[in-house]
Amino acid sequence: MATTPLAVPDPLLTEKSRSFSVKSDWAHWSVLYGVSGLFALICAVFLISVIVSSIPAWRHSGLSLIYGKTWSQGTDSFGALPIIAGTLATTVIALIFAIPIGIGSALAIVHLLPNKAKIFASSLVELLAAVPSVVYGLWGLLVLAPWFEQTVQPALGNLTAHHFPFDPPYEGVGILLAGCVLFVMILPMIVALSRDSIAIVPKEQFEGALSVGATKWQVLRKVVLPAARTGIVGAVTLATARALGETVAVALVIGLNPLFPHTLFSTASTLASTIALQFQDATPLQVAALGALAVILMAMTAIVNWIGRRLIRRAAVKAQFV
Amino acid sequence: MTTVMIDGVPPDPMLERRELIQRVAHKTLNRRMLASRAVIGLCGLAFVVALVPLFAILFSLVQKGIHWWGIDFFTKTPLFPSLIDPNAVGGISNAIIGSLVIDGIAALFAIPIGVVTGLFLAESTSPFANALRSTAEIMTGLPSILLGIFAYQMIVVGFHEWGIKLPGIGFAGIAGSFAIGILMIPVIIKASETSLRSVPTPIREAGLALGARNGVVARKIVIPTAMPGLITAVLLALSRAVGETAPILWVIGASTINTWDPGHEMASMPLQIFQSATSPYTSLREETWGIALTLVVVVLVINLGSRLLAAWLQRERR
Repeated sequence: MATTPLAVPDPLLTEKSRSFSVKSDWAHWSVLYGVSGLFALICAVFLISVIVSSIPAWRHSGLSLIYGKTWSQGTDSFGALPIIAGTLATTVIALIFAIPIGIGSALAIVHLLPNKAKIFASSLVELLAAVPSVVYGLWGLLVLAPWFEQTVQPALGNLTAHHFPFDPPYEGVGILLAGCVLFVMILPMIVALSRDSIAIVPKEQFEGALSVGATKWQVLRKVVLPAARTGIVGAVTLATARALGETVAVALVIGLNPLFPHTLFSTASTLASTIALQFQDATPLQVAALGALAVILMAMTAIVNWIGRRLIRRAAVKAQFV
Repeated sequence: MTTVMIDGVPPDPMLERRELIQRVAHKTLNRRMLASRAVIGLCGLAFVVALVPLFAILFSLVQKGIHWWGIDFFTKTPLFPSLIDPNAVGGISNAIIGSLVIDGIAALFAIPIGVVTGLFLAESTSPFANALRSTAEIMTGLPSILLGIFAYQMIVVGFHEWGIKLPGIGFAGIAGSFAIGILMIPVIIKASETSLRSVPTPIREAGLALGARNGVVARKIVIPTAMPGLITAVLLALSRAVGETAPILWVIGASTINTWDPGHEMASMPLQIFQSATSPYTSLREETWGIALTLVVVVLVINLGSRLLAAWLQRERR
């Protein structure tokens, strides 16, 4: 289409109109860059500060900080291996409970409940996520621990004639209790995120599979779960990161003991709970050693978290309550 | 099944296989239905199991906590139980004031930084914005105890070691605000970015087309439109911050008097719970339920309130 030249110059193309161009709002962009630069600066200082605070400990113990087998504040011997083992043990226990129950509940919320109950059930789960972690710890310590000590642990012990993995002493607190408390804490995250990734599986796929004669469970197993797999794995990964880093709730119920957990009832310690409980009266070198634990913890959770985020983003789930 | 021949159409080559499939499907229907019902039952059971802890915790809180509530509990400072009077526990007014001051100051600096950075992430497509988004996401997932270490290194001992003399440096409420505020920022960034992004592009473009600058569009159009979402974002971050214990564990000191001065050592509700829960005195341990009930009620009121408020604002607008 040929354009006829305008007799009058277009007022929107004159010199003055350049100030309307999108990038020209200098004040606006400088505020945005300034404030977000401030946030970036805070993050950078945070990272550097935690790493720098741990330097004396790395100088003192070297890499045996990571693979050393004894952690003793009194003798200044810092080997975090038992503590890392405790962290992993509690996380694994929590995941063993949380994965089937979390995914089962998510399936139940999306495909079993009527629409009105769905919203109600979801709010209940989010309510569980809103309870502060110290309250979970309190509940674990004052309600669950005595119950474990008097009922659960002796009963489990009877199953194996008081041998592995249910050896006495029955103290209530320990990695099994910490794992159970963590299970309750990471459950809402797994339920909420898997629910969202299950809910975005197109209804047509579900109904299509039903219409060729599959039962509901066959549809869920062969169509819905594979389609939602990325999101569910992402949910579990994020929950793992949370379980690895949970502090006060675990500190209250783990029975802080920097030894390898040998049985399910052993008291142990986790990275975060050790930092929380030993910081109070630590010498500068011990503070640095706890800083080193923090660096290990930060690396672990950041990596796991990053993987989880990528999975969640790939699954295109709106991660609102994380 | 009868085969119908239509002129010109060849017989169905899959016919035999189809019949086989139907036969097998029919034969296994009962077994498959049974398995399906069983698994769906298990899913329902899982859901019930998931709700048991919620109700157990709420039940314990109310049953053991409600009788502590009273005028004295909220207005008196704590007493120290001793062997002479093991039941002297007093109230928690110091912890309530401490929580208010610490979380209030934290919110004061976290909200502007969080919302403006959220706006930046929603408007900019630069590599810096993408890197910042990932940083914020990773910060959200980091254990909060790390921020406790950070606040300790920076505020409690840092300034002192660097020879900077400032009032209120050392164990102080302000150090707790610092940690809690940094904890809130990424949460606010993430949620406010989502709600700012959900403002329809045509509305932004209409503003730009009228000749408004980017900043004017952001202030007069984007932020007001996204306001319900922003309020939810801020309140959700706040409800999370109020219950955080780990970052303030050893930076705010411990105070048993009522003080509004953030440069002073302070108490705080979550910290009080943590300390009393491990106390040797039964009376203090029992009192913890009262504090925990207060804390949970505050958190749930903020949490539910934010959702209701957002829903109400959304409805008003229509």
